[in-house]
Amino acid sequence: MSTRLDVRKTWKLYIGGQFPRSESGRSYVVNDAKGAFLANASQASRKDARDAVKAARAAFSGWSGRTAYNRGQVVYRIAEVLEGRREQFEAELRSAEGISASKARTYVDAAVDRLVWYAGWADKIAQVTGSANAVAGPYFNHSAPEPTGVVAIVAPRGPLLGLVSVVAPVIVTGNTCVVIASEPHPLTAITLGEVMATSDLPGGVVNVLTGSVAEIAPWLASHMDVNGLDLTGVGDPELARSLEEAAAENLKRVRRPGLEDLLVGPGLDRMTRFLETKTVWHPMGL
Amino acid sequence: MPTSKNAFEFEYAPAPEARSVVDIRPSYGLFIDGEFVDGRGRSFKTISPSTEEVLAEVAEADEADVDAAVKAARRAYTRVWSRMSGAERSKYLFRIARIIQERAREFAVLESIDNGKPIRESRDIDVPLAAAHFFYYAGWADKLEYAGLGPTPQPLGVAGQVIPWNFPLLMLAWKIAPALACGNTVVLKPAETTPLTALLFAEVCQQADLPPGVVNILTGAGETGRAIVAHPDVDKVAFTGSTEVGRAIARTVAGSTKSVTLELGGKAANIVFDDAPIDQAVEGIVDGIFFNQGHVCCAGSRLLAQESVAEELLSRLKRRMATLRIGDPLDKNTDVGAINSAEQLAKIRELSDIGEAEGAGRWSPACELPSHGFWFPPTIFTGVTQAHRIAREEIFGPVLSVLTFRTPKEAVEKANNTPFGLSAGIWSDKGSRVLWMASQLRAGVVWSNTFNKFDPASPFGGYKESGYGREGGRHGLAAYLSNGAH
Repeated sequence: MSTRLDVRKTWKLYIGGQFPRSESGRSYVVNDAKGAFLANASQASRKDARDAVKAARAAFSGWSGRTAYNRGQVVYRIAEVLEGRREQFEAELRSAEGISASKARTYVDAAVDRLVWYAGWADKIAQVTGSANAVAGPYFNHSAPEPTGVVAIVAPRGPLLGLVSVVAPVIVTGNTCVVIASEPHPLTAITLGEVMATSDLPGGVVNVLTGSVAEIAPWLASHMDVNGLDLTGVGDPELARSLEEAAAENLKRVRRPGLEDLLVGPGLDRMTRFLETKTVWHPMGL
Repeated sequence: MPTSKNAFEFEYAPAPEARSVVDIRPSYGLFIDGEFVDGRGRSFKTISPSTEEVLAEVAEADEADVDAAVKAARRAYTRVWSRMSGAERSKYLFRIARIIQERAREFAVLESIDNGKPIRESRDIDVPLAAAHFFYYAGWADKLEYAGLGPTPQPLGVAGQVIPWNFPLLMLAWKIAPALACGNTVVLKPAETTPLTALLFAEVCQQADLPPGVVNILTGAGETGRAIVAHPDVDKVAFTGSTEVGRAIARTVAGSTKSVTLELGGKAANIVFDDAPIDQAVEGIVDGIFFNQGHVCCAGSRLLAQESVAEELLSRLKRRMATLRIGDPLDKNTDVGAINSAEQLAKIRELSDIGEAEGAGRWSPACELPSHGFWFPPTIFTGVTQAHRIAREEIFGPVLSVLTFRTPKEAVEKANNTPFGLSAGIWSDKGSRVLWMASQLRAGVVWSNTFNKFDPASPFGGYKESGYGREGGRHGLAAYLSNGAH
């Protein structure tokens, strides 16, 4: 009698819309909540981080040039596809974090709902954060938000909701990003990459690295083609300080560590932190 | 009487603004807790850049002075200013706006003497805009819950503010007005070479009966600024100045809870298409680079001219430049005043010499420069490539680099090919092209068919290495408020 052997998944990175292994050939062991072997995750290197920035930069002009309506539809599509694969995510969360079925359901619900919430912001954020400016002269003058560019993100714990909560607000406004997944729970981030890869999200808009935050984050913080840095998931204050210091070299916009209760609805801060305001003047006259 | 140098130049009799309206004291202390006090440290001289005459001896605040000022600001914050109703704060700011208007002539003359800028600009631009800024933010103080920054926005606390020498009073207004409107108290350091109008502003605070400690003015140089930025009881740092110092500030505050806004350097492209109204474009180019001697972070220091119109544009520009009058800042007919300091003059000379050495063609109109003081003629460089240092580095002087382009896409690429992103200009008669260009330029302020316009209601600030945060308008409030939901 033969029992069928499982086909295991190779966990890779998500860069430029593809799933490459780390160019370094390295991997690290990821255990489940009970400490038993779960899988080998790719351990991203400096070169992977640079490739990811390159992919994010290449995707920026196209993604930020899409209409806001279209970006909103793509982010909503991510929510749809995630909803359709919810059982897989619930199972992954339970094995990775050792949480109950109902807790896993709560997190997946919240992640889907968060994507829907942010999707709706795509074509409204400019109306809320922009302005028509009554200047003292015959000029048309208005201000509107634009995406900052390429944003590097250190994701917090919370393999699914944590990642969605930091990535969705950054991309829905037109930025592209490189995100380092939660170090102890990287696998769900890659599964979410599969969701994004099949949701009409252009390759390179979101790039997911797994591995050591302490090793990869400094390369992103000092990278001269990265415009913003979200340190939400950095637990070590000394590492956070040195990353912020490195980010000063090209005046990256930095969001310092600190995590709100993920299950509570967020405000606008995660979007506005990585938006620039552009003010345009034009004379009025006959 | 000197003969006219060319057919376009008029003769002008001297028309100096009376200097007697200002009373410059021989020496000044620091303004801490509502009083002028002696500094504990050294002192330095401030001079008139147009004559090199010593104007006054000014205290250089040391760390202990900074600490005293921050303590005064903290006390005023805790006990008075953060508890006061927005409506009352508002009325103090309106008072200040009115006193600046009442003493406008004094401020304008003093600014031109200490900074070297033409009285036409200090009188018509710097001082009226400074008053307008206080007037604008005065009205916000009791309306903050409507600013879209949360239902109960809160002040940050003590703001440490460091400002540059190019628009001394105006930059003070940009910093102090929103800070106070939002309920913060401030410790402000004016630039080393231009302390006098900030010290006159301290008198305005006294005349307005502003509670002691709400505004503290510390004169000094880099050391003083560093001490303010690094002081542990400063909650908010606002800086306008060079990108280099901006980087250092960003490093200093790393890992702290201080919030920061930085308004830094620029290398703006002023893009002229072949369908532009050419005489207006010439005026815009002149305003863009020769306004305030080019000491403007958002100056249009790179002219991008479409090839088909470049030659005509340049010949008209040169003709217009020949009519610019350079000289006594207090003369009402002066267009271009003195370079602010010997140090800045040396930097402008050095980069201009490099421009020549790298092969660009240098041109200035024939003009006699005064024998004393710091002067540099309006200058353009033609045949500039993107690799030239004069096309990449901020010169912060009356020096224009001229490049050409063929297509709108090439113009966008060249305009955005800089680590800066503060401003840009577009000249074209075609609305759809103007709007498309405006959307493609990575810059915080885009002037289309105009340049170097400022207004308190209009947000100002940069992309990329030109800094972060906005000053002016509703957006300017965000720099001084916490929404309590970080």
